[in-house]
Amino acid sequence: MSRTADVIIIGSGVIGCATAYYLAKKGTSVIVLDKDENIGNGGSARNGGGVRQSGRDPRELPLAMYAVNNLWPTLSEELGVNVEYHKEGNLRLGKTEHHLEILQGLTDRATACGLDVRMIDGAEVRAINPYLSDEVIGASWCATDGHANPLMTTLGYYRAARRLGVQFYTGEEVTELQTIKGKARRVITKKNVFEGEKIIVAAGYESRWILESVGIDIPMSKDLIEALVTEAEAPMFPQMLGTADADFYGHQTDHGSFVFGGASGFETVNKDNGHNMTSSITAPCICRGIMKYIPKLANAKIVRTWAGYEDVSADGVPVLGEIKEIPGLITACAFTGHGFGISPIVGTLLAEVAREEKTTLDLSAFRYDRFKAII
Amino acid sequence: MENIYDRTIDLGEYKPEPDDDRIICRCEEVTKGEIRRAVHDGMYTITEIRRYLRSGMGLCQGQTCAKLVKGIVARELGVSPAVLTPATSRAPMRPLEMKIFAKEGEEDE
Repeated sequence: MSRTADVIIIGSGVIGCATAYYLAKKGTSVIVLDKDENIGNGGSARNGGGVRQSGRDPRELPLAMYAVNNLWPTLSEELGVNVEYHKEGNLRLGKTEHHLEILQGLTDRATACGLDVRMIDGAEVRAINPYLSDEVIGASWCATDGHANPLMTTLGYYRAARRLGVQFYTGEEVTELQTIKGKARRVITKKNVFEGEKIIVAAGYESRWILESVGIDIPMSKDLIEALVTEAEAPMFPQMLGTADADFYGHQTDHGSFVFGGASGFETVNKDNGHNMTSSITAPCICRGIMKYIPKLANAKIVRTWAGYEDVSADGVPVLGEIKEIPGLITACAFTGHGFGISPIVGTLLAEVAREEKTTLDLSAFRYDRFKAII
Repeated sequence: MENIYDRTIDLGEYKPEPDDDRIICRCEEVTKGEIRRAVHDGMYTITEIRRYLRSGMGLCQGQTCAKLVKGIVARELGVSPAVLTPATSRAPMRPLEMKIFAKEGEEDE
């Protein structure tokens, strides 16, 4: 077991694994630590698999567009596993005039950033996806959005990074970071001490407590989201679906099963027992939502439900990049449930930051010290 | 090997076995050879194997194959099966139609 490397990454989610992969590809030595015994057992294994550009904050949109244009199309080939990427569009559905106003606002903001997304009426929605009910009166349509398999993407990055010599240690719960001569250097876990020239904290919500040990506080909260999967069905439609009302989102996987995520409204008062616990009321609520939009799925059998936490940023976009006060310290957290779709570009950018190279895209909108009080 | 935490330990070369094509997970049709290869790809836990291969993710949710998969993974890693944490059991216990499940907690009932 080695305890020193050029870069120590805390968190083996899709962000940590992707960063490790891009670093190792450039010859940097990397150790990845995770407190869980499983690789990528947080949000990376629990999300709905959306690879969307539409609906994103204008600050985040350039990352999503770069990933869709340059990284996702060849990712399966690059990693040597099928990440099941489909670039076949995203429909964000509306059932009321109020929904259409929300969608119009999102669409206007995205087109201003150069994204090809537009509003379509109910008839056009059903021409694209004939399974949607007459309750749907319109949608925003982005033909270049899509979805992928988050489990295979995370484990694919892990496998590829491991083959390049990245050292992964699970069951290593970080208790604190330590600086030496003002520079981030040591990572203390319950079992070991690791040292690196650079430390990247990509541990979801837990990043907050890890960064707190060196006096940095990222304003974020955590939100529980639940998801479910059906048995395999014959292929129905390839688009990613979402709704203006946020009743549910999801898609049909290559396997044939449908993965849908959603909420009941009681997430903030979930009886958290230390696990990602599902509530008995949420999955039925998601089912009721789905059936209003896709009546044909009423007979589909639910085989499994699960829950996961989102690390929600105070202003809705992640915190990415160097922490200037502590040279050598880098973070990527507070993804607010939008991290999976941008993970390939975030991994690329973090690898560039850690290697002190010029970054492919500007990261200044994601600085950790951007948060200001309202008055 | 005593635990599954250190993913750098060399498991040696993957050696094919005569019964590698035997189906272990009947629901998702995952073979013994695929499970053994996944371990060599770095999937050291039952949870990772499930996510990588879909074994135990089908209609029976691993109620048939869980012990078999665990035995194969443990042998490949050279650990006791007791070291491997079983996969999390998830609701519902049996596959349930959306229209039935949806009635749970409905207001007018």
